[in-house]
Amino acid sequence: MKTPPKLSLTRRYRFSASHRLHSAKFSDQENLRIYGKCNNPYGHGHNYVLEVTIAGPVDPATGMIANLGELDPFVEREVIEAFDQKYLNEEIPQFCAQVPTTENVCREIYRRLKPFPAARLERVRIEETSNNSFEFAG
Amino acid sequence: MIRVTRKVEFSAAHYYHNPALSPEENNRVFGKCSNLHGHGHNYVLEVTVAGEPDPETGMVLDLKELKDILQREIVDRMDHRHLNHEVPELAGKIPTCENVAAVIWNLLEPRIKQGKLDRVRLYESPDLFADCTAESNGDASHAGRRA
Repeated sequence: MKTPPKLSLTRRYRFSASHRLHSAKFSDQENLRIYGKCNNPYGHGHNYVLEVTIAGPVDPATGMIANLGELDPFVEREVIEAFDQKYLNEEIPQFCAQVPTTENVCREIYRRLKPFPAARLERVRIEETSNNSFEFAG
Repeated sequence: MIRVTRKVEFSAAHYYHNPALSPEENNRVFGKCSNLHGHGHNYVLEVTVAGEPDPETGMVLDLKELKDILQREIVDRMDHRHLNHEVPELAGKIPTCENVAAVIWNLLEPRIKQGKLDRVRLYESPDLFADCTAESNGDASHAGRRA
């Protein structure tokens, strides 16, 4: 018997934020060596693109895995409001103690979105720039 | 294994409406997508075929052949059509991105003779897409059964 295909839905969101890559575990010289210009004490910013992928059965009554009318406000409330136009190092509690690399931002956003009640969170993907992207699937 | 992806675009109209629901419920569930006059999108379809390159030709499949299949099975069927009224494969289904992607999978899958259909990715807009993938993870997310 043929295996039926698996279905997922991906929605793209945007937020702009600043960060600085600096770890208290390293000396100033080591921070500069490891993080280079991302270690600039004044910080710098990106236009982040966030891709949220959900999976689960398609509800025959709606034809949908989850209603965007539920997903959009959830992502807006849990992530965009907290991250957009913010300094990640000081305004996101997680990054007071952890370097806000986009790897870590992926994990933090995944953690915030995991409780979405209407479908299973399958993946979070972030484009930090048009050349760099990061994914976390739990 | 190599994956080969071909992209094609089509433009179509649709609306979301479930006749089992009242007009108020349709409006609540589907919002402005429930406007019965319909609205449209420029869909972008990415079709990925996976396989080993033929040692003679160096190709997983003949892309010209895939292009012809996409034209015949998808573009001729859906381009400048109303998905609710003119695509029999979608009859009785709400033409969401998820359902249209599953219908496209079922139309293409038996027609790919070289390599195996690996993924159908359908963009309804640059910020919204559905993926149908061959991999089975054993959960209930197998919409293909209804397609």
